[in-house]
Amino acid sequence: MNQSSMPPILQTRGVSKRFGAFEANRNISVDFPARKLTAIIGPNGAGKSTFFNMISGTFAPSAGEIVFDGRSLSGLRQHQFARCGISKSFQITNLFPALTVLENVRLAVQVVDSRYNVWTPRARTQRWVDKALSLLEQVGLADRRFERADRLAHGEQRCLEIAVALACDPKLLLLDEPTAGMSPEETRGIMKLILSLLERHTIGLVEHKMKLVMGVSDSIIVLHQGQLLAQGTPDEIRSNDEVKRIYLGKGDH
Amino acid sequence: MMTMTSPVSVVPACAAPPRDRRRRLDLLLSRYPALATVVVLAVFPLVFPLYSLAINILLFGLFAAGYNLTFGYTGKLSFGHAAFFGSGAYGCGIAIAVLGWPWPVAILVGVLLAAVVAVLIGVLSIRTRGIYFAMVTLALAQCVYFVFFHATSLTGGDNGLRGVNLATVSIGPLVVDLLNPLHKYYFMLAFVAVALWVLARLLASPFGATLEALRENEARARACGINVDATRLMSLVISGAICGLAGGLNAINLSTVSVESLSYHNSGQVLMLTLLGGMGTFFGPFLGSAVFLGIEHVVTGVTERWQLIVGVIFIVLVLFFPKGIWGSVLAWYRRS
Repeated sequence: MNQSSMPPILQTRGVSKRFGAFEANRNISVDFPARKLTAIIGPNGAGKSTFFNMISGTFAPSAGEIVFDGRSLSGLRQHQFARCGISKSFQITNLFPALTVLENVRLAVQVVDSRYNVWTPRARTQRWVDKALSLLEQVGLADRRFERADRLAHGEQRCLEIAVALACDPKLLLLDEPTAGMSPEETRGIMKLILSLLERHTIGLVEHKMKLVMGVSDSIIVLHQGQLLAQGTPDEIRSNDEVKRIYLGKGDH
Repeated sequence: MMTMTSPVSVVPACAAPPRDRRRRLDLLLSRYPALATVVVLAVFPLVFPLYSLAINILLFGLFAAGYNLTFGYTGKLSFGHAAFFGSGAYGCGIAIAVLGWPWPVAILVGVLLAAVVAVLIGVLSIRTRGIYFAMVTLALAQCVYFVFFHATSLTGGDNGLRGVNLATVSIGPLVVDLLNPLHKYYFMLAFVAVALWVLARLLASPFGATLEALRENEARARACGINVDATRLMSLVISGAICGLAGGLNAINLSTVSVESLSYHNSGQVLMLTLLGGMGTFFGPFLGSAVFLGIEHVVTGVTERWQLIVGVIFIVLVLFFPKGIWGSVLAWYRRS
């Protein structure tokens, strides 16, 4: 849990997001330490999704700055975030439904080094297929590779999402409620998968199941009413009085 | 309706290996769609002796194939593709009739002019979605119409451009007599074949995969790092260039260019041909063109109100074959 050993891969500096008169996020400054799992938690309406969408490039912040790997991301668009090395998965499963499992991942792999090649037959580029297959093996879907994506079970689709998100070799992988709608067994499986990815990737995830993140996270960001309440290790968060009062303390003490 | 269900006849690179002979034929068709289409088109006039109608079917089929890149494969409903067809026709026609340039250069001029018009229309329209894209392309195509309409000294305005005469063309030692309709058909087919080959390669390329991704799920594509606007613009320009080639060839075919080739009727007709044949299929546009122009040919001989009959047939076909004729054939074939 030694957070200071490596510089953070992503930092937000006073980011805010307004939608008209409504301020969904206000002045949030947090760090995502490299090769660690950082969880973003908070009660419903705390602004987790807005914050997630800002750091993953879907919304531009109204104020403040996001610094990734020593570089400001201000003014970059969604697809440029992906090319910088920030990859996201969606809260609601979001795949290429009519394509095969393998093609879903192969496409995402291909995008990294060939977007505008209009001439070489893609079927001939075996290295994309190989890489896609190895990613599918990593998430345990290699056997299902010729299935259409929309025919997979929900839990399998979530795993496929992670494989697609991993295709661009992200330095930072951002997952929006990866366990949403999953059975306890599927949840254990996907958490195991996520932890295995920490060897090579930094992971940030939004989650509202408190228990789940307490056990596995290195760092926890607590949002409340659009603002940062606290960031710290699970132990620090657990003993934080304000967090207890607002978020944990519903009859526990 | 038009995003998820379109049957894509280009081979999915990551499909399961074929199991039986039927699957193998399917794979052959989808792996060499251009070759299969060109073979059918090459045999077509031998069994269909109305040569001038056959040429129309061929050229409007090419127009629809170009349109299909935008509509079927990229998933954008355009109401402005007449602008590309018409610019191609005028570009080629003016180069021959007014400037007296050799015909290969003239065809190239037509294609390039259509591509330039596609860049202009694309830059202004590509960010719009759904019905807004249809409306913006319609409006911009009308602007193109009026530009050509008012440039009377070059285009002949309302009278159309006359004198796009090309009686014989010599390609090396080979002399093609364009007054012979069958020779003219095969002359046109040579260009169509090249265009289809390019189109097939494009659809099988990584870029083709990117287009599929966009049509399937734009948000996911963007999160994967695809620049959606740039990809769409590129697809529109290639689509416009193919439609421009169809227009240029049609100028040579008719020896004249009418301003009607730029009108919104033409944009609507190419949409109908594509829907009828099967959007997002390789052969569909040609089949749609044959069916539509065939019906038109028969019905105009019977009644002046041929559009009424064609309209009814169109509605019936769209209701019962929402994937288009070829799309339905493919779906049935793959299921059984």
